[in-house]
Amino acid sequence: MSEQISIIKGELRPVLVSALFFMLLTGLAYPLFTTAVANVLFPYQAQGGLIRVDGEIIGAELIGQPFTTPGYFHPRPSAVAYDAMAGYGSNLGPTNPKLTEKVAERVQAYRATNGLPEDARVPVDAVTASASGLDPHISIANARLQAARVAKARDLPQERVLGLIAEYSTPRQLLLLGQPRVNVLKINLALDALQRQ
Amino acid sequence: MTIDILYFVVALAVMTGLAVPMGMWLARTFTGTRHYLPERWTYRLLGVDPDKESGWKGYALGLVLSNAVMMLLGYALLRLQLFLPLNPLDLAPQPPHTAFNTTASFITNTNWQSYSGENLSNFSQMAVITFLMTTSAATGVAACAAFIRGLGRKSADTIGNFWVDLTRVIYRVFAPICFLLALFFVWQGMPQTLDSQVVASTLEGTEQAIRIGPVASLETIKHIGTNGGGFFGMNAAHPYENPTPLTNVLHILSMLLIPSALTYAFGTMLLRRRQGWVFFGAFMVLFVSSLTVMYSAEQYGNPLLAAVGVQQDLPVTDTGGSMEGKELRFGISDTSLFAVTTTSATTGSVNAMHDSLTPLGGGVTLWGMMLNAVWGGDGVGFINLIGFAIIAVFLIGMMIGRSPELLGKKIEAREVKLTMLAVLAHPIILLGFTALAVLWPGTADNLNNFGAHGFSEYLYAYASGTANNGSCFCGLGANNPFFNTTIGLAMLFGRFLTLLPMLAVAGSLAAKRTVPASAGTLDTATPTFAVVLVSVVLIVGGLTFFPALALGPIVEHFQMLDGQLLPGNIQ
Repeated sequence: MSEQISIIKGELRPVLVSALFFMLLTGLAYPLFTTAVANVLFPYQAQGGLIRVDGEIIGAELIGQPFTTPGYFHPRPSAVAYDAMAGYGSNLGPTNPKLTEKVAERVQAYRATNGLPEDARVPVDAVTASASGLDPHISIANARLQAARVAKARDLPQERVLGLIAEYSTPRQLLLLGQPRVNVLKINLALDALQRQ
Repeated sequence: MTIDILYFVVALAVMTGLAVPMGMWLARTFTGTRHYLPERWTYRLLGVDPDKESGWKGYALGLVLSNAVMMLLGYALLRLQLFLPLNPLDLAPQPPHTAFNTTASFITNTNWQSYSGENLSNFSQMAVITFLMTTSAATGVAACAAFIRGLGRKSADTIGNFWVDLTRVIYRVFAPICFLLALFFVWQGMPQTLDSQVVASTLEGTEQAIRIGPVASLETIKHIGTNGGGFFGMNAAHPYENPTPLTNVLHILSMLLIPSALTYAFGTMLLRRRQGWVFFGAFMVLFVSSLTVMYSAEQYGNPLLAAVGVQQDLPVTDTGGSMEGKELRFGISDTSLFAVTTTSATTGSVNAMHDSLTPLGGGVTLWGMMLNAVWGGDGVGFINLIGFAIIAVFLIGMMIGRSPELLGKKIEAREVKLTMLAVLAHPIILLGFTALAVLWPGTADNLNNFGAHGFSEYLYAYASGTANNGSCFCGLGANNPFFNTTIGLAMLFGRFLTLLPMLAVAGSLAAKRTVPASAGTLDTATPTFAVVLVSVVLIVGGLTFFPALALGPIVEHFQMLDGQLLPGNIQ
């Protein structure tokens, strides 16, 4: 028994010191050093990829915004109304009646907003809530279906808006990764810039 | 579709390619005799003699005690959040039951989060979360190092020095990879700053407050260490945690890096490379079958939504499939690979809402955590696989009437009993707590979905806790005393009741003589043995968990195909 006690005593110092030491090392030194280096190498990204217009922060490239007016492209539905302090998904299961009801309502609303026929099928991303509630992208199919509405609201030729979609489409990364997509905030900024010219 | 399959093939090929150099590096870390200067300083600070090894009991003692003290330290820091720096938003400290759950979660490498990451100060994110992520993962890898040494030694009474393994894994493996990868992640768009929020005035004239912080440094160890806890509540679905498809695949490769490399490190250390590849192959078969089911189910979509006019087939300009709770930049393929990886490598980060996966897709994530041995978490996954291998040789030995051997060691009653303790602890904790939660009055108020899917929410919580995974069917509101306590206990039992018996097995095997291979020896380095091993994993896992899966995802799948919605009046 006394032998076991002496073994535990021998472990006492490393046990206590290692907790404090590795907390300081991996919990403070590592992230602080990384912060310093990252802000020297990539200051724009390290600060959150903030977009400024005339010096004022109008949003972040990667964080979606809840556009609703007809002259802007609309993002995907969000379970948290694009609250970037508390992003979340709906967590509705596939057989939950609330999900089907919500999606059915969104399908109707999407058709009405974009002047589509009663039986038009709607791209899935346009009527389902994203995981983060902050999804900055929509699919190209979704963007194209919104083009007529945006063009009409802004009094632009529809071809001009379609051209903008092509210009702002991001292809798969390295040919394989991810989905082709359009960043809603960026294309809406481009629309504003177009009108200012 | 073709491009998706090509993507899977390339990703798995890269993973296999990385397993070799990483495995060699791990083997050198585990066996090298040289102590580098910073390591020598650390040993002097800790007051340990790096050249003195201990038996499995001494090793386990250091492991358990250090983990306990780290857990207490983390608990104290979380409770004192208001008095510590870097909290300009005055975020309140976690209540005791939440802080217990959080620290239990992070010290066991689970990273279940009943809180939302947005409510931790940047100081807590670094000094509690990043710290515990690093040390818990290093603990797992260290235990695996000791375990492999135990398998390889003959008539030895020691299996290594815990402090040396812990320090080396952090200095030689985690530190360089995490730092460089963090910079790469920042380049791709992840924030790394001490600021807590920025306020933007949007194009439509409203205000949008955006939470930022030291995200990238946490993200790298989160995946290299198969931890999985997010900076944000929405984890790797949040655009700041996973800004591009490239970061997504790097997350996936990071999760698989150490678990897959450990099979190669094992082969190298025991000079049994073929055996290492047999284990690798067994992992891969299980992994690819899960991925196939997941991808097909998600891309097929939800017929209930198709019925109300949603386009879910696959034109080139659209993702198709079931997109509720998924991010557009990942679509179906990148989400499927991530979800299968995170539940197989028991990481527990998510890049989609698993609660909204199709029934079969959700079932695959449950399956991965129930088997808990398809790659598995850093270190422990490999240990679990060896556990199954011991059961496999034991069963074969019984069938053909030979005394079972593994790696030249006789497997006897003591090893089989200890292994069975570890193998049985997992389903008993998992299913026992699930049953308790279902029966406990009032728990159903915390569900977000009902019927079969509601049962899956319970089942997922305890599968995730016991397997030390940490992902969730997050519809379940788990931040209350009942769930925080029971899931916290499931995580601690799940970790230590499987790790400690297996360390005892290692100690017991190390003490044995090696039996020279003879004509009567069953060769375990063959594809045949891989098939047997996979079958044992499937039979043990399948038979134990099939009834529970049948009540949850399987019944829901048929309800969905049949066009049945859950009865709304149960609510």
